Amino acid sequence: MVSLRNHESTGQGEQPRRASAPSAADRWRALPALVRFPLAAAAAFAAVLALTFVTGPTGDLRIGSVGYYMLAIAGLQLLIGYSGQISLGHGAFMFLGAYTMALLVLHQPALPLWLNMLITVVLSCAAGVLVGAATARLHGPYLAGATLALAVGLPSVTVRFPELLGGSNGLAFSTRGAPPALAGVITNTQWQAAAVWLTTLIGLVVLATISAGRLGRRMRALRDDESAAGLAGVPVGRTKVIAFVISAGAGGLAGACQAYLLGTATPSSFTVTLSLSLLAALVLGGLGSMWGAFFGAVALVYVEVWGEDLAHALSLDSNVANNLPIVFFGVLLILVILVWPQGLHGMLRSLAGLVRRGR
Amino acid sequence: MTTTTSAPLLAAEGITVRFGGLTALDDVGLAVAPGTVVGLIGPNGAGKTTLFNVVSGIVRPQRGAVSWKGRRLQRHRPHHLADLGIARTLQGLNLFPGLSALDNVMVGADRLARGGALAMLTGLGRYHSDERRLRERAMAALEEFGAADAARAMPGTLPFGVQKRVALARAVVAEPELLLLDEPASGLSGEDIAALGEAIRSFGARMGVLLVEHHMDLVMDVCDHIVVLNFGEVIATGTPAEIQADPVVAQAYLGAAEEEGEHG
Repeated sequence: MVSLRNHESTGQGEQPRRASAPSAADRWRALPALVRFPLAAAAAFAAVLALTFVTGPTGDLRIGSVGYYMLAIAGLQLLIGYSGQISLGHGAFMFLGAYTMALLVLHQPALPLWLNMLITVVLSCAAGVLVGAATARLHGPYLAGATLALAVGLPSVTVRFPELLGGSNGLAFSTRGAPPALAGVITNTQWQAAAVWLTTLIGLVVLATISAGRLGRRMRALRDDESAAGLAGVPVGRTKVIAFVISAGAGGLAGACQAYLLGTATPSSFTVTLSLSLLAALVLGGLGSMWGAFFGAVALVYVEVWGEDLAHALSLDSNVANNLPIVFFGVLLILVILVWPQGLHGMLRSLAGLVRRGR
Repeated sequence: MTTTTSAPLLAAEGITVRFGGLTALDDVGLAVAPGTVVGLIGPNGAGKTTLFNVVSGIVRPQRGAVSWKGRRLQRHRPHHLADLGIARTLQGLNLFPGLSALDNVMVGADRLARGGALAMLTGLGRYHSDERRLRERAMAALEEFGAADAARAMPGTLPFGVQKRVALARAVVAEPELLLLDEPASGLSGEDIAALGEAIRSFGARMGVLLVEHHMDLVMDVCDHIVVLNFGEVIATGTPAEIQADPVVAQAYLGAAEEEGEHG
């Protein structure tokens, strides 16, 4: 084999290769994805479940909201952060998921929740294939425009078919709460939040597994340089459509979780604002890492909550109070991106780096 | 070293490419046998890169055919090359800036994975063993090029010479049978060029190499066979010694000698 003579030093900023003993973090990273991600998800589920024992019904609802937003944003992360395709219309897939869930509960009440979720994923993926194949040849702003049109147009379908989809009032339904056996142990809202989080975490395990493996690497490669990725054997067009389909599935499942948690599916919840909020939350949380989805979802839910609380505390006029959360979110987004272009995830990473160096 | 007589890996025959009224290639032929290094040279604008693009499936010729191991390639696209066993480097570095050096090479190694789509999507089956295999192969390729220390670094933080080696490692990690090198020496220092020549000769033992290069010393040093293009036509073919002695080649390069070693 060849050996090139002049081995140059390879620049600063990286750790010396092979430290004496592998750290706990290294050993954790060496575990198979099939072990590592489910373990992390189980720990997260236990933590969320524990958290619901100290929060009230409103808190449970908010925790559940963080869950489904996280799933939607994580799907968007795979699409935008990994495969580099920008979608401004992911709310359309949440819309599709929510209405699928509502229709299934209303018309097929005997079906169990998990089957409803599964059907929703299959349907949203099928929609993702259609849209993804149609938009596979579009790049950057053109893809963004096409998906935006979808988000603008799709919710008005409800008005076109008022008997089936309930018009602008949407569909309301009630789901079974906690099973009778657990009646005294956990409340209905706790059960719902737990179900949403379980679904979310299963979805995240799948997304994390994909993004950490060959498929994720192919996506990142074509995001960075399409022609070089093609020459390295990455099927560029197909990989883009796969990314679109997976993220559509995650969006649809998130919509189903939202409908299940709130007991309604209304067109006004799925306006363009939702799609843009998901994108803003993704950028705020941090592009390129699944953790970004978590921080983005927390910010999306709790900035609004804190904004409302603050408006209450200052007893502001309702005109001001209604817009305060949006102002908050905007200011936070601008500040974070100015200082940490990698978003909240990047901020925490650089802070952790500072702490480590300080020790 | 002389040209072997075994059946060619890659053969291009009668390739004609016209861009509008401009004839970029006119009835050009070329063959690369296993285990040989074939150089493709010519002044700027002679059609070298166009021929490369025809072989890669980026440009479709109006006439002529490219065949791979005796089978005619029709409608092949760039991403089919890797599965056929053909690797190509681009004129620039074209590393993936958002991937570590190791991940860059792992992308090139992807065709060595054995798991299918289900494994990629679910983490079941060969997912983990594939990851390990690709990582080991990529690491071995980086070591072969003396860039193992750079494995965890992002390409942008590495010196140019090391980036070039990572790009070469990415191209050869999957053990292609044919390597298309597009101006690999551009931007390299003399010392790095010597190392590159050594590397290319060692590739020649394992695979066929087709080299487009302006750096004449390197071409004469490593090639078994040279094809000279000028204005889209083959004006000479032969061993380095024959090419150096050919008056037609000297004439084609007269006045173009200044541009040796520059980007095409």
